[in-house]
Amino acid sequence: MSKNRVTRRQFLTYTITGVGGFMAAGMLMPMVRFAIDPILQTKEEGDFVQTSQKAAEITEVPVKVDFSYEQTDGWYKSEVADAAWVYREGDQIVAISPVCKHLGCTVNWASDPTHPDQFFCACHAGRYEKSGVNVKGTPPLGPLDMFEVAENDGFLMLGKKIANTHSN
Amino acid sequence: MLNKIYDWVDERLDITPIWRDIADHEVPEHVNPAHHFSAFVYCFGGLTFFITVIQILSGMFLTMYYVPDVENAWKSVYYLQNEVAFGEIVRGMHHWGASLVIVMMFLHTLRVFFTGSYKKPRELNWLVGVGIFAIMLGLGFTGYLLPWDMKALFATKVGIEIAASVPFLGEIIKTLLAGDSTIIGAQTLTRFFAIHVFFLPAALFALLAVHFIMIRRQGISGPL
Repeated sequence: MSKNRVTRRQFLTYTITGVGGFMAAGMLMPMVRFAIDPILQTKEEGDFVQTSQKAAEITEVPVKVDFSYEQTDGWYKSEVADAAWVYREGDQIVAISPVCKHLGCTVNWASDPTHPDQFFCACHAGRYEKSGVNVKGTPPLGPLDMFEVAENDGFLMLGKKIANTHSN
Repeated sequence: MLNKIYDWVDERLDITPIWRDIADHEVPEHVNPAHHFSAFVYCFGGLTFFITVIQILSGMFLTMYYVPDVENAWKSVYYLQNEVAFGEIVRGMHHWGASLVIVMMFLHTLRVFFTGSYKKPRELNWLVGVGIFAIMLGLGFTGYLLPWDMKALFATKVGIEIAASVPFLGEIIKTLLAGDSTIIGAQTLTRFFAIHVFFLPAALFALLAVHFIMIRRQGISGPL
């Protein structure tokens, strides 16, 4: 028997705390897991979406290509509109996402008269080169995302969003 | 570590008397199951409260996914039950707990009745208890509609018809509950949701507080 004998009161405190903690954990664990499910859910990768843009008609000047796809948001399925800025670069087709990397506004090609060869975000005057690379000194901290591209029957198809492959 | 934090706060705010008032109270021998096993009947009130706490917690978590709208209510319930991790458990806790809380409350009422604990000076606490009973039944009735399946719809139709059979005021009560004089639909669902998650719980908390304060004031009733 050691000198520090566990008193009856201590023993009760420990057992009650232990049993109580076990019960509380049993109650709370499912509820917490239920609540944090969105960060642990795995999303399926998106398929390529057909657009109405003829691949042969894409030039070196970016054009806006609107497209839509079916989105599943929990219990809600809907047709969502999206867009990409598309141009030809050599024998490659480049599709740039119009979502500004500063705070998520929508960028437009050549909408700033003083910079007719850049993407421009009207919210905070963020600018990007044609490649999607952000212009230093304007708010965006990174280049615009790109879409994977493919061709089907002469028409452009857009895939999932990927990081910009043009180097800074 | 915890002791040090406690002492630090206690030194400044003198919190010991506050929680002593809440936590330290006499448990007479005749209500202690360790002395007389049959005294477990005195646990029913506490068990009712324990299940009520589970109902509040699981209900709070369910509203993270549930939508009180005729288009989406059933779909959101289906989604949270079948697609979200532990959704079946959390909804199950709320579903089964709802029935269990009524059972426990009924047993608690029987205990109070057969031990004569409602007698002077505890008449007021019996009345508050009856109020809590009514609120719990109201919570059960309004919650039943929320999944918006066929069982929920027809149970509510019957329930509202029962309310409509009240003399003179029946039609008014019916319209007030359903949000429309003829339809059990979109407006009924949002109303029941609001009553279920805001109005009745608020009333319940108030009455529970009064119930518990009176117990502490008057102590536990004597042995038979």
